[in-house]
Amino acid sequence: MSEIVSGLLQALNLIVTLDPEVMQIAALSIMISLAATVIAASISIPLGGIIHFYEFRGKRAVIILIQTLYSIPTVVVGLLLYLMLSRSGPLGYFGLLFTPGGMIIGQAVLIIPIITGLVIAALGGVDRNISDTLISLGATGFQTILQVVREARLAILSAVVLGFGRAISEVGVAMMIGGNIRGETRVLTTAIALQTGIGDFPFSIALGIILLLIALVIVVIMNILISGLSTESQQALGGPRI
Amino acid sequence: MIRIEGLSRTAGSKTILESINLEINRGEIFTFIGPSGSGKTTLLRLIDLLDSPTTGTIIFDHTDTTAPDTDRLAIRRRMSMVFQKPAVLNITVAGNVAFGLNFRGIEKSETDSRVHEALDIVGLLHLADRKAVTLSGGEMQRVAIARALVTRPEVLLLDEPTANLDPVNTELIENLIKRIHQSFHTTMILSTHDMIQGQRLADRIGVIMDGKIVQVGSIHDIFYLPNGKDIARFVGIDTILKGIVESNDDGHARVSVSDAIIEVITPCQKGTRVSLFIRPEEVSIALKDGDLPKTSIRNQLQGKITRMVPFGPFVRTTIDFGSGLTALVTRRSADELSLAVGMTVIAGIKATAIHVIPDSG
Repeated sequence: MSEIVSGLLQALNLIVTLDPEVMQIAALSIMISLAATVIAASISIPLGGIIHFYEFRGKRAVIILIQTLYSIPTVVVGLLLYLMLSRSGPLGYFGLLFTPGGMIIGQAVLIIPIITGLVIAALGGVDRNISDTLISLGATGFQTILQVVREARLAILSAVVLGFGRAISEVGVAMMIGGNIRGETRVLTTAIALQTGIGDFPFSIALGIILLLIALVIVVIMNILISGLSTESQQALGGPRI
Repeated sequence: MIRIEGLSRTAGSKTILESINLEINRGEIFTFIGPSGSGKTTLLRLIDLLDSPTTGTIIFDHTDTTAPDTDRLAIRRRMSMVFQKPAVLNITVAGNVAFGLNFRGIEKSETDSRVHEALDIVGLLHLADRKAVTLSGGEMQRVAIARALVTRPEVLLLDEPTANLDPVNTELIENLIKRIHQSFHTTMILSTHDMIQGQRLADRIGVIMDGKIVQVGSIHDIFYLPNGKDIARFVGIDTILKGIVESNDDGHARVSVSDAIIEVITPCQKGTRVSLFIRPEEVSIALKDGDLPKTSIRNQLQGKITRMVPFGPFVRTTIDFGSGLTALVTRRSADELSLAVGMTVIAGIKATAIHVIPDSG
């Protein structure tokens, strides 16, 4: 018990004194996950839009596949990307293994299904009568899509924030693709795993607290966004948080 | 203005609309009435070019609407539609009303003044800056009407515009529709399952049943001269009697129904099997022992009251004279005459109030 209390006190000290290594790891984590989220969002939002707005054979199967990929184990993504990015792999030429670039790609791949699926749900949450109304008011196809996306903007933003949360909290891809190299690819989750393994609990607790604070910020943002949504969109995103 | 030729629409193996042929004139209020699920909404959506027909064509102001998307857009922009369930976007009321103008690239100053004018017409100017999603159902429907009106459409389509509203809001919307029609002479196409609303709002009525237009005519034609049993029942004719013409003297015929003889006006000749349609409000009731009113009522049928059902300020009273006959009596009359089930009364019907059609089978 005393070990936990003293670990907690030392952790707070590390945070308050802005310990350079703790800050560097936290900053790198945020940077990598933000970059991964931007890339994933720029692919997922148009992709979700295409799947929602266009009718094609196998649409339902595609949506089920995307939803299945929500829960793909991070180590499986890590393994697949490792095979792709390793020196002998098809993308080995780019030398991305054990680099932040590789981690960004890994996390983006991990969260693309989540953001895409939630974008589809967000667009589906917009009252179907709205697109009929817009078309009837003389909107072109493009104007209709634009307005429906605008109507779903908060739900789409929530999807992106949720994707960021998944990216920053995952450990499998960061460990396998990043390699947990100190000062280069060591992020919050991999550092916690390593430091706990070698018995440096204060350091792990400090990083854990920072990770929780980031999660808290994400949940607060989500709540603010969701409170501005229609009931249909709230349901599409799993209901109001509080 | 709009000519519909051989229109049909199927969804999978289900036929929603079949062989629709119709002409809607410029400036009239044409109302489709029919039970829920009869195809009214589908037909309005086809007219507004939101969907495409399976077969047939719609000619809009001499232009065939079976055209490329850009041409269809141009035609669609000459119309507006108000839906049964108004969908408003999560922005201000004024923003919602401005959509149609924004889509057409109208300048902001012009848009502002037209939005102001449209909101004034529907009486919502004071709510212009309110978020539209916070409005009541009636207010949302008025926003939808303002939004449809602001583009100054040549044709305004209204799909069950009062289906989800209370009586006060229903009256408000109906008055608004009439006022818009009087002011702008817009061609209006309405759908409603409420035959009384159809009666209040229409210049002409088309009755849709099971995806087919079964009768088109004036309010009088549809409500007093329905050309079939199903239409008659839908427009509130409770009593449909079967009989045989016993004699016909210059259009003044005697028809035997059960054990009674009913006098009617019809060209049907002796021996013809006929159906007699009698509206409940055309039937008067007098006490058996009371003085029979000295009127032009030719048919005085004696029978027993078998059923009395309250119907708003009226009592729907069924009299058995060998066949069933329904009368709509005011509550006050029912009380004054002390009408009760089991009582023998005289039901009076004018010969001219009975619609006769030859029985097809």
